[in-house]
Amino acid sequence: MSDQVYFEDVQEGQEIPSLTEKCTSQRLVMWAAGSGDFYQIHYDKDFAQNTGLPDRITHGALKHALLGRLLHEWVGDQGRVKRVACQYRGMDMVNQDVICHGRITKKSQQGGENIVELEIWAETPQGQKTTPGTGVVSLPSRG
Amino acid sequence: MAEASVITDEMRSFIGQESEPVTIEVDKTAVRMFARAVGYTDLIYYDEEYAKGKGYRSLPAPMGCLGHPIFRPDIPSRPAYVPPFKSPYKRVLNGGTDIEYYEPICAGDVLTATTKVADLTERTASIGPMLLVTGETTYKNQKGKVVARFRGVLIQY
Repeated sequence: MSDQVYFEDVQEGQEIPSLTEKCTSQRLVMWAAGSGDFYQIHYDKDFAQNTGLPDRITHGALKHALLGRLLHEWVGDQGRVKRVACQYRGMDMVNQDVICHGRITKKSQQGGENIVELEIWAETPQGQKTTPGTGVVSLPSRG
Repeated sequence: MAEASVITDEMRSFIGQESEPVTIEVDKTAVRMFARAVGYTDLIYYDEEYAKGKGYRSLPAPMGCLGHPIFRPDIPSRPAYVPPFKSPYKRVLNGGTDIEYYEPICAGDVLTATTKVADLTERTASIGPMLLVTGETTYKNQKGKVVARFRGVLIQY
């Protein structure tokens, strides 16, 4: 894990470190097993092409989980991810990088917690934002 | 001119109706498999002693992991996110996922999930008319605490 980030040290508008994961067919198979989603368009090329897709596509829920990992790795041991939401607006093809980004939109204190809201998204190597969303985390204070 | 609605009174009657509770297990192997698929390197998802050292009861479930329903080949099962009515359209897309986490979920937990259709909306997009079905699942742990709420949108078109 990286160094702990603190509430006082982050600003609205700031981008957090990005996360890139190549969604190989092996990763999609691991995801199918890990999530229990065995829909064949994600790992069977013939099946995917018979439904009219150019090839296998990355699971939407895997992109959601990668956005969750982006936030988990940013908030560190003492932070907590409270909400991860995204929409699946475009497809990501097998064997392509899924690149996850986040930008802070709001800082607030609610019920004794240091809340940070973020705009998060996953994009293709060509820069198409296929998966826009929002995240909410809490961060520790330097006190 | 407005098209005729595909939402029938029967479909509308399902809105807000809670499903029967489903039992969901969270176990260590499932947590590791999930974390590995997402590419996590944080040892809290793999090493139980390490996780305990960080204040967790056991391996915590990574974001997006809400355990696994107990599979039985003798009972027909339908994923919780499939609505309880026949789709007016042929095709389906996953529209989005929104999960709120209230309490840590850890290996060893037994969760109870209830699902309802929260909303039905019609829209016309570039791919034609579509029905957006918002499902909402609430997860409680063995102590009766609500630990997470999942909202998913299915696009039928």
